[in-house]
Amino acid sequence: MKFVFEKRKTQLKRLLFLIPFISFVGSLFLSGLLLLAFKTNPLMVYGAMFKGAFGNWFNFQETLVKAIPLMLAGCGVIIAFRMRFWNIGAEGQLVMGGIFAAWVSLFLIDFIPPWLVLPAAFTAALIGGGLWAGIPAILKAKLGVDETLTSLMLNYVAIIFCQYLYNVVWIDPNGYGFPGSKIFDKAAWLPRLTGRVHLGLIFALIIALVLWFMLKKTKWGFELKIIGESPMTAKYLGINIPKNIIIALFISGGISGIAGMGEVTGIAHRLTHGLDMGYGFTAIIIAWMSQLNPIAAIFVSILMSVLLVGGDQVQRTMGLPSAIGLLLQGMILFPLLAGALFSEYRVKSIKSIGEAVK
Amino acid sequence: MSDNHAKMKHSIGTSNRWEMYLDNREVILEMRNITKKFPGVTANDDISFSLKKGEVLALLGENGAGKSSLMNVLVGLYRADAGSIYVNGQKVSITSPSVSSSLGIGMIHQEFMLVDTMTVAENIILGIKDLNLVPDMKAISEKISEISEQYQLKVNPSSYIWQLSVGERQRVEILKLIFRGANILILDEPTAVLTPQESKELNGIINQMKKEGKSAIFITHKMDEVMAFSEDVYVLKQGKLVASKRTSDTNPKELARMMVGREVLFQFDKGEYKPGKSVLTVKDLCAVNSKGLEALKTISFEVKSGEIFGIAGVAGNGQQQLIDSVTGLQKIRCGSVYINESDCSNKNPIDYIKAGVSYIPSDRLGMGVAGTMTVLNNLAMKGYRDKPFSSHGLLIKSYFKKFAENMIDLFRISTPGPETIVKFLSGGNIQKAILAREIDSCRNLLVAAYPSRGLDVGATQAVRTRLIEQRDEGKAVLLVSEELDELLMIADRIAVMFEGEFMGIVDSSNTDREELGLMMTGMKRDQVK
Repeated sequence: MKFVFEKRKTQLKRLLFLIPFISFVGSLFLSGLLLLAFKTNPLMVYGAMFKGAFGNWFNFQETLVKAIPLMLAGCGVIIAFRMRFWNIGAEGQLVMGGIFAAWVSLFLIDFIPPWLVLPAAFTAALIGGGLWAGIPAILKAKLGVDETLTSLMLNYVAIIFCQYLYNVVWIDPNGYGFPGSKIFDKAAWLPRLTGRVHLGLIFALIIALVLWFMLKKTKWGFELKIIGESPMTAKYLGINIPKNIIIALFISGGISGIAGMGEVTGIAHRLTHGLDMGYGFTAIIIAWMSQLNPIAAIFVSILMSVLLVGGDQVQRTMGLPSAIGLLLQGMILFPLLAGALFSEYRVKSIKSIGEAVK
Repeated sequence: MSDNHAKMKHSIGTSNRWEMYLDNREVILEMRNITKKFPGVTANDDISFSLKKGEVLALLGENGAGKSSLMNVLVGLYRADAGSIYVNGQKVSITSPSVSSSLGIGMIHQEFMLVDTMTVAENIILGIKDLNLVPDMKAISEKISEISEQYQLKVNPSSYIWQLSVGERQRVEILKLIFRGANILILDEPTAVLTPQESKELNGIINQMKKEGKSAIFITHKMDEVMAFSEDVYVLKQGKLVASKRTSDTNPKELARMMVGREVLFQFDKGEYKPGKSVLTVKDLCAVNSKGLEALKTISFEVKSGEIFGIAGVAGNGQQQLIDSVTGLQKIRCGSVYINESDCSNKNPIDYIKAGVSYIPSDRLGMGVAGTMTVLNNLAMKGYRDKPFSSHGLLIKSYFKKFAENMIDLFRISTPGPETIVKFLSGGNIQKAILAREIDSCRNLLVAAYPSRGLDVGATQAVRTRLIEQRDEGKAVLLVSEELDELLMIADRIAVMFEGEFMGIVDSSNTDREELGLMMTGMKRDQVK
């Protein structure tokens, strides 16, 4: 028996669902090998992680809290990736959204009625993230500059600008030198549903649904798909590619920006460190794993959050580095990318008839 | 048919000794009862054939008839579901291309597999496993020269690929296979990319190969090729072997009938030529190519409703820039383009689409369809903006489906279903899908660029019939083609392009190949007369 790859004549739909699942299992297996190499029982680690994420009501809430920015940034990345626009700047867009929301909560708040503060922060975060994604979009649309590099580098500009703000410019004068702005006025606190789970969860769910509907059912979603699948065809069909790139990327960055607003106004209630936790990068894995489907991204985000929270828990209970969660996340990508092969090719077994030559 | 055909028939028909030699040659390859299935299609259904030493046979069939699948099984790219292969009487299991090449089987694909920036000699040894770490290029070049002399494959081993013409590149591919010891050469539509001159040279090369005891299999849907090159012809249709004949015992008409399973009409029913008002008016148009060089020099013409306006010429004389200029895909330098009296100069593709212009591009997979999307979506790509495909910004998917099923039926697009990814269809069916979409959305002008290029007889006929239909319905058709026969057959007026200019515009009823040919080489019409 021998196995060979053969190109498929059709694409299998059910594989699209199977591959992410298999990839996750594969990641558990690969990471397990690594853990074994460090003389740790992987099953115990996974058990501890699971318990850490779901073990009690408090832990489960924490899992949801971390899933919120992941869902939002994941949805943001999905729009861009649908057009084959490789926006890997969700991290920076999230941070910019946080900065803009903080500006409203710290300064604009004095000039507007209290009920308007949160809507204003929401809008500002959308604009902040959107503009930050708009830079690589305009550079790409007008000058053909590669978006991978520009969006990646802008992450660091946003992160360091944010540090500059909370360490120097907006630092709380009564904060004993602790890096961070002053605590926002209550009017700028995003309401909480339960525990630390804030209203951002509802935003995320609504945005995912709206996005799914938009991509699947509207003319504009159809145009984005054509641009992504074949830009030449889109041009031939009279679709305005530069305009669509810019609009889509503004929305993409804007949604990531709302994730930043959730962190700032829903959790920390001040601008401080902790915005650049890597949610924007994990969002890339989420986008791939959910096969660019916003609804799937909700569930994948929770899964990724389990890994994050579980990783923290493992650190506490087993004395292992919390990076195990990140390791598992990264490990998912390998089988996932390999899985793409199987959706295009099939494996055929060869019962050797006659004599194989050489 | 061609002169070659006549010559070949003559040489085979009159020499008894040759005839006997033919029959006594040993069989070097046999494919027995090969079956190959893909989900939803049987590409090869119980096919058997044999090939003798020094024999050339042709596999004739329409696009999607299963020729390429069969050969891919032979070279190890596909695995057959059933059947066996014998090489030199030995049963073999060809599991990969390297196995087939060690058995002396090599294939030349339509797209050449050569590295542009490397020399001929380097390309020939590329991928050979048992070479020294530092190959002795001098010895290799000598061996290459030796082979090229023996087989009349004139090519300089130290030339770079990018310096070579298409015909020369093909010779390099043949050389590559012979250098590696191939005895059975498979050629996939070898003359599709060649000029008539180069085709004639290829004929010489094939004859020389036969003399040296090499065998060849042609994959083709062109009658000229079959008649000129092959001794035996196998006709495939929808995965089945429907006929095998001595080439000298048959004729193009019979082959065509077997290939498409119906009489091929080489004549078209064309309504009376009644040109109406001008739909496309081009005045003093000039434009540059992508390198910024002048590609069109003050071109003026009109395409009227109810006529097919043909543009002849060797590709690369500005045809593409002309098409792009009248569909909004490129900016013009000077002059003007009017669609029905409204000025569309330098407007965008969307404005042309709104003005009722449809366009069948020459780059089908790259531009005409989004290859990774479904047939259904591709068919809806022109209509999706308006009712009934969409309303208030929302797509009406049920109409997409209804429309697709209707088009598949109407244009006889052979596909497993509307949800099939379009790139999995054969070239002819992809073209039919584009044709369906563009004709359905055409209101005033239909621009068709090389619409029958690379298509089999059946699909070509379908394309031409549809173009004539559009004309008879009173639309204006702008047809750019390299095939003079096509233009003479269906166009009403023909302009000949040479180096960005029209050499003249002639009535197709009032001209012939010779006149057009002279104009194509740069002679103005008044000089020809």
